[in-house]
Amino acid sequence: MGWFVLRRTGAALIVALIASVLVFFGVRALPGDPAVVLAGEGATPELLAQIRHQYGLDRPLPVQYVDYLRQVLSGDFGRSTQDRLPVSQILLERLPITLELALLAMLVAIVIGVGAGIVAAIRRGRAADYVATGFGLIGLSVPHFWLGLLAVLFFAVQLKILPASGYVPFSEDPGENLRRMILPALVLGTGFAAVLMRQTRSAMLGQLASDYVRTARSKGLSGARVVGVHALRNSLTTVVTVLGLQLGALISGAVVTEQIFVIPGFGKLTIDAVLTRNYPVIQAVVLVTVIGYIVVNLLVDVTYGLLNPRVRLSGARHG
Amino acid sequence: MSLLEVTDLAVSFDTEDGEVRAVKQISLAVERGEILALCGESGCGKSVTAMSIPRLLPPETTRISGSIRLDGRELTALSEREIQAIRGRDVSVVFQEPMTSLNPAYSVGFQIVEVLRRHERMSRRAARDRAVELLRLVGIAAPERRVREYPHQLSGGMRQRVMIAMAVACSPKVLIADEPTTALDVTIQAGVLDVFRNLRDRLGTAIILITHDLGVVADIADQVVVMYAGRAVERAPVGELFAAPRHPYTRGLLGALPAAASVGADGRRRLAEIPGLVPAPYSDPDECAFRPRCPRAQSDCASRRPVLSPAGPDHVVACLHPEEVG
Amino acid sequence: MADTNEIADVDELAEGSERGAPAPASTLVPGNVTAPGPATGAGRADRRRRMWRRLRRRRLAMLGLVLVVAFLLLALVVPVFLGDPEKQDFLAAFQPASGSHPLGTDDQGRDLLARVAAGARVSLAAGVLSTAFAMLVGVPIGLVAGFYRRWLDPVVMRLVDVLLAFPFLVFAVGLAAILGPSLRNVVVALAVSQIPGIIRITRGEVLAIRELDFVSAAVADGAGDLSILFRYVLPNATSALIVQATVAIPAGILGEATLSFLGLGVRPPAPSWGGMLTTAQQFFTQAPWLAIWPGVMIALATLGFNLLGDGLRDVLDPRSGR
Repeated sequence: MGWFVLRRTGAALIVALIASVLVFFGVRALPGDPAVVLAGEGATPELLAQIRHQYGLDRPLPVQYVDYLRQVLSGDFGRSTQDRLPVSQILLERLPITLELALLAMLVAIVIGVGAGIVAAIRRGRAADYVATGFGLIGLSVPHFWLGLLAVLFFAVQLKILPASGYVPFSEDPGENLRRMILPALVLGTGFAAVLMRQTRSAMLGQLASDYVRTARSKGLSGARVVGVHALRNSLTTVVTVLGLQLGALISGAVVTEQIFVIPGFGKLTIDAVLTRNYPVIQAVVLVTVIGYIVVNLLVDVTYGLLNPRVRLSGARHG
Repeated sequence: MSLLEVTDLAVSFDTEDGEVRAVKQISLAVERGEILALCGESGCGKSVTAMSIPRLLPPETTRISGSIRLDGRELTALSEREIQAIRGRDVSVVFQEPMTSLNPAYSVGFQIVEVLRRHERMSRRAARDRAVELLRLVGIAAPERRVREYPHQLSGGMRQRVMIAMAVACSPKVLIADEPTTALDVTIQAGVLDVFRNLRDRLGTAIILITHDLGVVADIADQVVVMYAGRAVERAPVGELFAAPRHPYTRGLLGALPAAASVGADGRRRLAEIPGLVPAPYSDPDECAFRPRCPRAQSDCASRRPVLSPAGPDHVVACLHPEEVG
Repeated sequence: MADTNEIADVDELAEGSERGAPAPASTLVPGNVTAPGPATGAGRADRRRRMWRRLRRRRLAMLGLVLVVAFLLLALVVPVFLGDPEKQDFLAAFQPASGSHPLGTDDQGRDLLARVAAGARVSLAAGVLSTAFAMLVGVPIGLVAGFYRRWLDPVVMRLVDVLLAFPFLVFAVGLAAILGPSLRNVVVALAVSQIPGIIRITRGEVLAIRELDFVSAAVADGAGDLSILFRYVLPNATSALIVQATVAIPAGILGEATLSFLGLGVRPPAPSWGGMLTTAQQFFTQAPWLAIWPGVMIALATLGFNLLGDGLRDVLDPRSGR
């Protein structure tokens, strides 16, 4: 098991490194001279040269990359061109908000998605199955930002029971915080729930058709036990894997949701940064997202290995 | 009254391609302590017949008619809950594939204890001890250690024994064994058959053995029923069947003479191959289903279906022109 | 949206059967299994007919087909009969559904139906073009990686891992930042996000197919690499790729809509379903239909492809156990 984790972590580190290179050079490929951006319009050539020297922009690219790497590893992401605040500070402010949204959405998705998937599998071919599958399909097809719009339209504008936008930190007022998070979490969680529902149903159907479930039935175990103890346990591997993979999609989905509900999270930060060409922020955001993604995938791999000893031994996820 | 009486059983399935009549009509009876062998090619309906007793066929698409009586009790009339109480306790099953029939996520001990605690009032400790005893009974060495192990840590033969242990844990009246030795080594097979004999002798368990393997039939069966295309075509005590097979199909299976049944590469005696295919299970015309492949077929074989008629001591055969004896 | 992108990978993992009825113990032969076989002319036509018949029987898949065809008609044929989607008429702004404007008008008096139809064209382009490009690039790479396992495979798969680490939205955002928002960039971003998935699937198919007997037979007969690739591997891999296309296209449609909604894709006044929803946000109370129709269109188009894809998967890919 230890070897397995080590191998996977090693692979992840390599991927992370390559990613950081891509991010670094990607941002350098952006049009515009960073020195000008930093110095502002109408700077004199001497000022530009000074800035270049100050920021090490006159050094060869590979050296710049190493500097960059060093800075990142020590937590320095530069300063935002909007308000000159350290990017790391901005990140620290905004990430938890998005994480809260993502976690709430995931909770919604698991409860609804996995639950519906199990019900649909057990009651295969009957009304409950069709209803659940129907919702699953719709949840997959409907653009969730539209869902958000409609939700706001309905709950906030028509019924006026939930706020349309805004955010209140948890530390200030937990009740209000959650109240404002309900709609965004539901909206964000729907797409995820649909995927989970399909995967759970699929996995459960496979389990219910398996030989050992047949054995369990032949022992006279009650339906509930057969499903809950035998079928579900082995479906979990698939479900957990899906969870992990979708987490990344969840983060990107958060971008849109935050836009609609005006939540000052990581996602909104990304969009705003792009629209205002705030390069240090863009760079940091992309890097953090990518690293986050890699970490999540690593965790999924390890968990999968934990649940499934055969994977541990062969070592390949691609098979 | 026999322990198990199956009368005019018919089983069909609804599939995408139409209704499949897997078992068209069959009756059989098994006494306490008797071992009945159900033989035939793939698709003849032997597994379906046996699995309909504990009702282990998919409920949404299966249609069963006829009567199945266990100790006088009509099983087909039971609710799902009632038949769950019967499964594992009065009627249990040992399946064909030991590799996949055990849940890989739980220890073998867990899976045996499960059936014990389902049907009998036992503490976990008592059930655990009984599980160890059962493993010993089926011939697994060092059962105290094995009981905690996972299926993938055991060999095929051991897994099959665990399956048997699970199946006999509650001393069932009827044990259904679906090709219990096909996936195993010839050497292990003898051990498994011993376990069955043990059960029959000690507990009076009736065993329905579904098998292709003539060696096993000759070794352990008391009664043999030969099935073809969803019906029984011959039924006789084992000695009588081998000495005087009357149905051309049975003859074909045994080879021209019982002693000449072919020996396969793995040392087993195999049912000889008969040219031709089993008829499609969608229709059931009033003629002999074996006629297209029968070396003795005559014109009247196409105009009416033969019924089981006496052909010797305790011996019935469904054929209009059965083979001569001698 | 990015979620539907991931589904392609995740469905690979699910080994469960969507429709598998537990077969009665061992004796019945399942009638639905079609094993991949040598792509001989007669055999192929026959198989295709059989599959089409089976597809026809699945009502949901047929519904999907109807929706897809309707979408295509809306995008390609309907605009011919409608007025100019850009024609502004401030006097007629914010009109609800009426005879001359079946879906109403927007904030600038433009006919909503005409705009929706024009938007369909954009979505179609985004979905189809991005998938086509992704296949053009991804399939050859996947074929090569699967075939020449020893040298190229590990490298290619590492690269795929790296690419997969960039969530689609981030990449699209980056691209928009560099090159500015436009339909072309959306298509490129979508295509690039699909490529790793396609490489993986193609490679998987190649690996599976090359193990089959008739391929070894061909090799033993002295068939060259290219001929094997084209005559045996590719035809048998097409079914998986077709299924992947029915997943990728709706992902493209959703993706374009999302990006345009965020302002990173098609810019107004050019019509696009996502862009229309952005403006609709401001005019909720005055004209709720502006927020409803484009969304309904996106949902129906995506649903159509998803349903069709599900049906195709059932029929074409017995190996997925469905």
